[in-house]
Amino acid sequence: MANRPRTRLHVPHPPARPGDRADFSYLKLQPAGAQPRPDVRVSAQATLPMATGLVRVLDDEHRAVGAWDPRLEPEVLQGGLRHMLLTRIFDERMQRTQRQGRISFYMRCLGEEAVSVAGAMALRPADMLFPSYRNQGFYMVRGRPLVDLMCQLLSNTRDMCKGRQLPVMYHWREGNIFSISGNLATQFPQAVGWAMAAAIKGEDHVAATWIGEGSSAEGDFHAGMVFAEVYEAPVLLNIVNNQWAISTFQGFAGGERSTFAARGPGYGVAGVRVDGNDFLAVHAVTQWAAERARKGGGPTLIEHVTYRASAHSTSDDPSRYRPKDEYERWPLGDPVERLKQHLIALGEWSEERHAALTKELEEQVGASWREATKFGTLGEGPRLDPDLMFEDVFKEMPEHLALQRDQLRAERS
Amino acid sequence: MARMNMIQALNSAMDVMLERDPGVVVLGEDVGYFGGVFRTTDGLQRKYGEHRVLDSPISELGIVATSIGMAVNGLRPVAEIQFADYIYPGYDQIVSELARLRYRSAGEFYAPVTIRTPCGGGIRGGQTHSQSPEAIFAHICGIKVVIPSNPYDAKGLLIASIEDDDPVIFLEPKRLYNGPFDGDPGKPAVPWSAHPRGEVPEGHYTVPISKAQIVRAGSDVTIIAYGTMVHVAEAAAASLGLDAEIIDVRTIVPLDTGTLCESVRRTGRCLIVHEATRFAGFGAEISATLQEQCFWQLQAPIGRVGGWDTPYPHAFEWEYFPGQKRVAMALEAVMTAS
Repeated sequence: MANRPRTRLHVPHPPARPGDRADFSYLKLQPAGAQPRPDVRVSAQATLPMATGLVRVLDDEHRAVGAWDPRLEPEVLQGGLRHMLLTRIFDERMQRTQRQGRISFYMRCLGEEAVSVAGAMALRPADMLFPSYRNQGFYMVRGRPLVDLMCQLLSNTRDMCKGRQLPVMYHWREGNIFSISGNLATQFPQAVGWAMAAAIKGEDHVAATWIGEGSSAEGDFHAGMVFAEVYEAPVLLNIVNNQWAISTFQGFAGGERSTFAARGPGYGVAGVRVDGNDFLAVHAVTQWAAERARKGGGPTLIEHVTYRASAHSTSDDPSRYRPKDEYERWPLGDPVERLKQHLIALGEWSEERHAALTKELEEQVGASWREATKFGTLGEGPRLDPDLMFEDVFKEMPEHLALQRDQLRAERS
Repeated sequence: MARMNMIQALNSAMDVMLERDPGVVVLGEDVGYFGGVFRTTDGLQRKYGEHRVLDSPISELGIVATSIGMAVNGLRPVAEIQFADYIYPGYDQIVSELARLRYRSAGEFYAPVTIRTPCGGGIRGGQTHSQSPEAIFAHICGIKVVIPSNPYDAKGLLIASIEDDDPVIFLEPKRLYNGPFDGDPGKPAVPWSAHPRGEVPEGHYTVPISKAQIVRAGSDVTIIAYGTMVHVAEAAAASLGLDAEIIDVRTIVPLDTGTLCESVRRTGRCLIVHEATRFAGFGAEISATLQEQCFWQLQAPIGRVGGWDTPYPHAFEWEYFPGQKRVAMALEAVMTAS
């Protein structure tokens, strides 16, 4: 009787907590160049080896190797390095600014810059991006002035959101970057709808969306996958597996016994697992999936294996739930450093040029900040008109909102 | 003019809009090949093709979310949720996304989505096919809520909703699909062909959103109702021989407060009737507004009639439904109080 099998409840545990030695032995890695690059019209089921393996291009000697090498021109690689570095410097500066109490909240993407920058660079400007809140690299690639982003962070008189959104929840219609919700994963099935509309209209634009591995547990993920598969929508469905959702490690989203990309073939959707810190690999996989979508091959689920080097947000303290030195022991390295070393190995970059670029971008960020604060900060300077609160609830303001606006005016007079 | 029941009128509205605007698409469970479980989309896929009238997976979340994405990409989706009772898996997409997109993006993005959904009881649907959830949408900022009570309004309001650049929840009282219903299930069914509002133009016309309609002018008391209860209220008032003014609200949000207040100031008495549960029902909002704006003209406390504050029970449907008797008793109370 004692040996009779019993039901059991498994509670996932991360391999290391504060004080433990960082342990990434759970990560299934493959050497650069190990994955073959199939034709874009390959069946979804046949992608299972890519979905459980790992597409990498940059090897340990900083060379681009294997079939997935996108063979990008040095100028493109230098552009990618610039965008990633700008993203990082912008993030650092805004983080500091929050600590000084000049903005209320911030979210960095430290360590994940390649996911957004390489992804956006591999797509066309008319392709629609449905971001999560850690994709600020899109704005660098598509060229939104930093002042505009900063004014949003400041909720000042030039705030694109007119004071209605938390910092970081940007949008850009002209740049084809969708509004960030703040609720998790809602953009995932919305991107599928956008892609369906593109196909209905007979256009060859594709949609792409990004969620974290944590929020892939939401029902929105499932709905998005089902609709994407049923209509073979031209959409790129990205899961950024940065190992941590606040304090919740990826095992709590279902990452213990399967890769996230492997869910793709289960739905009949192509799946690819890619080294998210490898600019070349992310670029190549995105281009592959976009070409597949544009040629009528349907959706691709892409898992980016990366690491959230920063806290979840300025309100989070990761030292309370994970080892302090995890990022130093992260086996896939740093995306900026890896692309930099690759360019140096190609003879297309140098430490001097890197230092000069860093200085130039720091100055750009600093000048932009000085410009942005002219339009007001949280505590000082000009403020948005509170009347704006009542606009854009509907296209035209209904009577009850006009009355409430007048009531607020009376309150404030 | 043609004679149409409400299903035919709604079908005609979608037909007209699919014809006029290549951006209009219809999607939902069973709406395509089959034409909908209530036949509301019958024939539309045959006429406009599978890319304009799409059968969708059984996922209300997915239907609403993909509609938002399509709308952002320039289409004008008309989504059907098969029963209002099924809408809750899509609720987050409606509340946090559809309703707020224009606001949070300061007008850069918006999603002109119309969500049609059959509501209300009286069809032996039990607690999962009978609900009237208008109040839980009325409480959400950024979404319009419409509920017609007859074929003419149904077509005109649906066209207006599809053409509207704001999202609309379009509630269809399914007990009214085939004919007006005065609340007495024992009587033989009456078809819309015998009713003046069953006369419906074939082509394009609109009934304005945010306009209530006085369906019967009177001076004794104002009865405010919408959907099925407009017809029940008319019958209840007639049974008492009252000269009641009966107002069909037609649009829950934005509410036509002016028409309601003007009437109540004249009659001095008011009864609000809806089929939804009473507690925190939309009648509470109407009542509070009238009290604030018409207090000195009121001759009696405002009355409210609704379904009981229980789930909609299968076996006790007619004991639950706010029929003529319940409305008449409440009317008597409003008339005798002073």
